[in-house]
Formats: sequence, structure tokens, C-alpha cells
Amino acid sequence: MQSNIISRKRNAKIGQAIMFASTAFALIALVALLLNVLNRSFGNVIVRREIEPSVLSPTPLEQLSRDELNALVKRIADSDDYDGLTRGAYRRLDSEKPFAERSQAEILTVINERLIKEEVVASFTLWQTLFEPASVNAELAKLNNARKAGMPEARVEFRSWVNARFFTQTMGSVAELSGIRTAILGSLAVIAMTMAIALPIGVGAAIYLEEYAKKNRLNDLIQTNITNLAGVPSIIYGMLGLFVFVRALESFTSGAVFGIAGNNGRTILSAGLTMALLVLPIIIINAQEAIRAVPNSLRQASYGLGATQWETIRDHVMPAALPGILTGTILAMSRAMGETAPMVVVGASTFIVSDPTGPFSKFTTLPIQIYNWTAQPDEQFRNIAAAAILVLLIILLSLNMIAILLRNKMRNTN
Amino acid sequence: MLAENASIFYGAFRAVADVTLPVHERQITAIIGPSGCGKSTLLRAFNRMNDLVQSARVEGKILLDGDNIYAPDVDAVAVRRRVGMVFQRPNPFPKPIYDNVAYGVRLGNPRIPKPELDAIVEQSLRGAALWDEVKDKLKESGTALSGGQQQRLCIARAIAVQPDVLLMDEPCSALDPIATIKIEELMQTLKERYTIMIVTHNMQQAARASDYTVMMMMRPDRAGEMIEFDQTEQIFTNPRDKRTEDYVSGRFG
Ligand SMILES: Nc1ncnc2c1ncn2[C@@H]1O[C@H](COP(=O)(O)OP(=O)(O)OP(=O)(O)O)[C@@H](O)[C@H]1O
Ligand SMILES: [Mg+2]
Repeated sequence: MQSNIISRKRNAKIGQAIMFASTAFALIALVALLLNVLNRSFGNVIVRREIEPSVLSPTPLEQLSRDELNALVKRIADSDDYDGLTRGAYRRLDSEKPFAERSQAEILTVINERLIKEEVVASFTLWQTLFEPASVNAELAKLNNARKAGMPEARVEFRSWVNARFFTQTMGSVAELSGIRTAILGSLAVIAMTMAIALPIGVGAAIYLEEYAKKNRLNDLIQTNITNLAGVPSIIYGMLGLFVFVRALESFTSGAVFGIAGNNGRTILSAGLTMALLVLPIIIINAQEAIRAVPNSLRQASYGLGATQWETIRDHVMPAALPGILTGTILAMSRAMGETAPMVVVGASTFIVSDPTGPFSKFTTLPIQIYNWTAQPDEQFRNIAAAAILVLLIILLSLNMIAILLRNKMRNTN
Repeated sequence: MLAENASIFYGAFRAVADVTLPVHERQITAIIGPSGCGKSTLLRAFNRMNDLVQSARVEGKILLDGDNIYAPDVDAVAVRRRVGMVFQRPNPFPKPIYDNVAYGVRLGNPRIPKPELDAIVEQSLRGAALWDEVKDKLKESGTALSGGQQQRLCIARAIAVQPDVLLMDEPCSALDPIATIKIEELMQTLKERYTIMIVTHNMQQAARASDYTVMMMMRPDRAGEMIEFDQTEQIFTNPRDKRTEDYVSGRFG
């Protein structure tokens, strides 16, 4: 009797400890991931420049207006002091695209490429920056000792790899000049396409299943299948998208039937259709739950006043279910945002610098971009990959946060 | 209205058997009987609310102005416009008080001019003895009212579409005695214009507020049947059936 209680208590303690350990493990893994990403997104770099910007202009170049920059470039060219931008070179560049028509960013790029020639020769993690400054300084000394005569000294600077330029630049062959502009716009375009397709179909299906479908074998089968579809691995959807949308329906997804020539089927439309299939079960199931949670008394009140079924759904069921449907939509968006495998299969571009222009554009997405960068040999690509991961994580976490807040709000009002 | 040999089924289960019941115009008819005997089922048959239950089926006839509301060419929606309903638990829409009352009116006439709609809303809220309490907060949500006010709002909402008949399924069971009295008084004024049927478990309420009373009881096969129908006074003072006497005097159920 006595020993029984002791052993039961011991078992309970062991169970509790195991559950605590697994929770702790999950938390530690998450924190480790975040720290790793942060570690690479910020840190010191060793920069070498042929000309220090302060030599060209006392005020920082980024703070100059377009016209001031133009005047500066003209003055430098006229002086003929710098080999990078002689009078002749200026004339050539001006005939390619008149300086008067170039944006501030474009002129800055010219100044950087022709004169400053900034180059990151080494980058360090946040940990090294904060706790191992000796290793940074050793590297700096080594580089400066080996430098050729006449070359300016390399310097140590702190750099946040997530910066304004990172968001506005397209990808390129030099890591510190590359950005996620194309990838972000591509992700947004694919998600917009996905939602435009999946939201009406998903909500429509949920309304049908909850409000119209009679209880019978066929509808039970449909319901079971939808639930199962939510568990199908995403690569399968990718294969489906490849065979159906990219290949079989190529003339449609490439825009050929609309008279748009020169594309293959690897377009935003194909990606959106594929992703729509993938998130459809999520949207349907969440919308169904939200519709089911609408109290029956509300429907009865409406019918009792002589409203038709459609009027009841439109005026009472949908408004009451809206927060739940939105929650599902946001969850679906965050899923679509993070999915990589199906996008690889459907054929997101690995190298693309032009913004998406419509449903028949080639595209890349943020996860694809990250994947490509992590595969590059150059050390600095690892930094911008980490920066892109940070951006992606922040987007995903905020989306999920909004979904949770909406769900809580819905619980409170019910 | 008139029920003729009406039987109501849920699938194979007969919940109400063979009821023939004349409902007198501009009178209040109460339905009483022990729990589960089919009172709600019978009441809901009068405006085809049972249609919402997939398995439900009605045999026999229920006549409204001489026409069978279950005839194949009759639309349930049209029936419910003429036979309104108030439910056991107050169920206002989570919308402003004004919109609660205006909803049914707008369905019938989407382009109704605002002044006309305003007039109907005021008239209906006055009719439900609620106007003075809410006239300054018509924009506030109907769900923010007290239970008794909510139930009167539901009555206002029902009479706004000017039905002929009002069905009430235990409209006071979720209310306190004061709110209950208010609703009962309201029923007395409403009966000048509407035919009212009310299901109640409260014997005093049936005795106080109704003109006619239907006594229902479950048969051994669990189907509910009407065992007595008469003027309320008769039922409560001199019932013909022994079971009615036991029930109304509280010795039963
Ligand atoms: N939707 C339904 N589906 C199947 N059976 C039902 C349904 N609604 C009611 N019933 C059955 O019909 C019978 C009568 O139910 P009803 O609700 O009409 O009783 P009631 O007299 O109103 O009872 P109460 O006084 O408790 O409200 C009961 O046996 C009940 O189980
Ligand atoms: Mg009942």
C-alpha cells in the first residue's frame, strides 16, 4: 500500500520531468537558431577602399541629393584627377544613360564602382566582434602588412547586414552589394496570387461543407480527404504543380494564350496555383471551424425573420466567422511565405534581377534566395543569407502573432 | 391557423402524433406538457422552422388562411414572413439595436426610404414596450441590453415585419419574474393585432396570460399527442382528462 503510493509519485515526477525537458529542449533549439542568425547578421567587417568617401565630399555621400551628387561627379570628371572617372569616361557613361536621368542610388553606384571601389575583404560574427576583438585586429594587421604600396589601409567597421540597401538592391555577384528586393517582391507576388485563388475557393468550399452539404457518404469522404490533404508533404504539391501547371498547362501559365510570348511555364501564376493547392486545406479547415463556431441561435433568428439561406449566411454567419477565417488566411499566408520545396520544383529562378511585372513573370522568393546564398562559397554570402533569414523570420513571426491575437479576440467575444 | 392530423417525424421517430388544433385568431394559445413531449416541435411546425433539421418531416396539414403551408408550391421563407418566432433564449443579432429591428424589413424591401424605416423601427420598439429604454442608444449593440430587454428586442424585431402570427417558445424561461411580467403584459397588447402561440412550463403563466390551452403528453411509444384542448379557464378549473388535472395541479411531470 505505502510503497505503491511512493512509486506512483515517483512515476508522476519522472513524467513531469520528461515533459519539462522536452519543452526546454524546444525553447533552447529556438533560441539557438535565433542567436545563430543574429550572430551572422551583425558584426565587424574589414573594408578596403581605394578612395575614402571623405576625400570626395566632407558630408557623407548618402546624405547628398541627386543634384548635389551630379554636380560632384561632374566636378571630379572635369578635374581629371582620378583615373576611375576621367572626362572621357564621364562622357561615355553620360551617353549610356544621361546623368540627369539617373536616380540618387544609381549615381552612388557609379561613384562606388569607379572611385571608391569599396570591398569587404573579411567579415566577422557578432560573437567575434564582441568577445574576440584580438582576432579581428590580427586579421586587419595581416591584411595591411600584405598591402601593395600606394594602396590605402584597410579599416574595421561595424556593419548591420540588414540595412536599407539590403532591401532595395537586387541580387548580384558581390555579396555586400546584393539585396532581397527581387525576392521580397517575388514572394509578395506569389502570395498575392495564391490568396487570390485560394481564398475565394477555400471560403466557398467551407461554406458549402458547413451550411449546404447534407450529411451523406460523399460529403463525409470529401471532408476526410480535405483533412488528409493538409498532411500531404509539400514536395508532392510541387510535383503536381510542375506536371500540371508548368508543363501541361504551359500555354496558359506562360501567358501564350493571352498573346504574351517568350515565357515558359515557370511563372508567378504557376507558383501561385501550386501554392494555392497547398494552402487550400488550411483555409478550408480554419474557415469551417469558424463557421461551425457561429451559434445556431443566430441562424435561427435570421430564418425566423424570413431570411433565405443565402441571406442568413451573408448577413450573419460570414460576419461572425470573419475573424476565424482571417486567422486561417494569415496562417496560410505564413505557410506560403516559408515554403521552399515546391518553389524549387515549380522552378523559381536562381538568378534574376528584374522585378516581377505580372502573373507571367519569372520570379524568385525569399526562401529560394536564402537557399541560393547559403550554397555560395564566399564568406559574405553567408552574412546576407543570415540577414535574409532574419527578415523572413520577422515576417513569419509577425504574421503568426497577428493570427494568434485575432484568435484570442474571437475567443473573448464569443 | 389550423393543424389537421399533423404528425411530425425526426427520421423514423414520430415526435408528434396526429394533432388537430384550431388556433384562434387574435387570441393567445398556450401549449403545456411535460418535457420532451413535442411542444417545441409542434410550435416550430407552424412556421416550418423544422425544415432546418435535415431529418424532420411533417405529415398532415397545417393551414394558414385556408392554405396548407406544407403544400409543394409554398415557400418556407414566405411562410416565416407571415409567422414570426421568438425563441427561448434571447438571440439578438450582434448589430445595433436599430439594425436588429430593421433587418427583416430591409429584406422585404431593400430600398425602403430612411424616414419610413425609422418610423417602422420606432413603432415596433414601442409595440414591444422597449422604445423608452433604448431610444437614445439605437446605435448600440443589441447584445449589450439586459436579458429581458433583449427578449423584447427580439419581439420588436419579429413584429417589425408585420406577421399575422407570433410563435413564442418559452420566451420567459431565461428571464427574472419582473421581466416575465413585462412580457406577459406585452402579450396582452400584442394580441389585439396578432395571433399568438406560446410554449410554457410555467402553469401560472399559462393560466394568467392565455385564452386557450393545449395539453400535450407523451404516449408509450414516446410520440407526443394532444390530450386536451380547451379554453384556458376550462383546462385549469375543470379539465376533462385526469392527466391534465394532475399536471396543472403539479402532481405530475
Ligand atoms: N433536431 C432533432 N432531431 C431529432 N430528434 C429531436 C430533435 N429535436 C427534438 N427531438 C426529439 O423530439 C422529441 C420532442 O422534442 P421537443 O423539443 O419538441 O420537446 P419539448 O416538449 O419542447 O421539450 P422541452 O419542454 O424540454 O422543451 C424529443 O424526444 C426530442 O428528443
Ligand atoms: Mg421545447
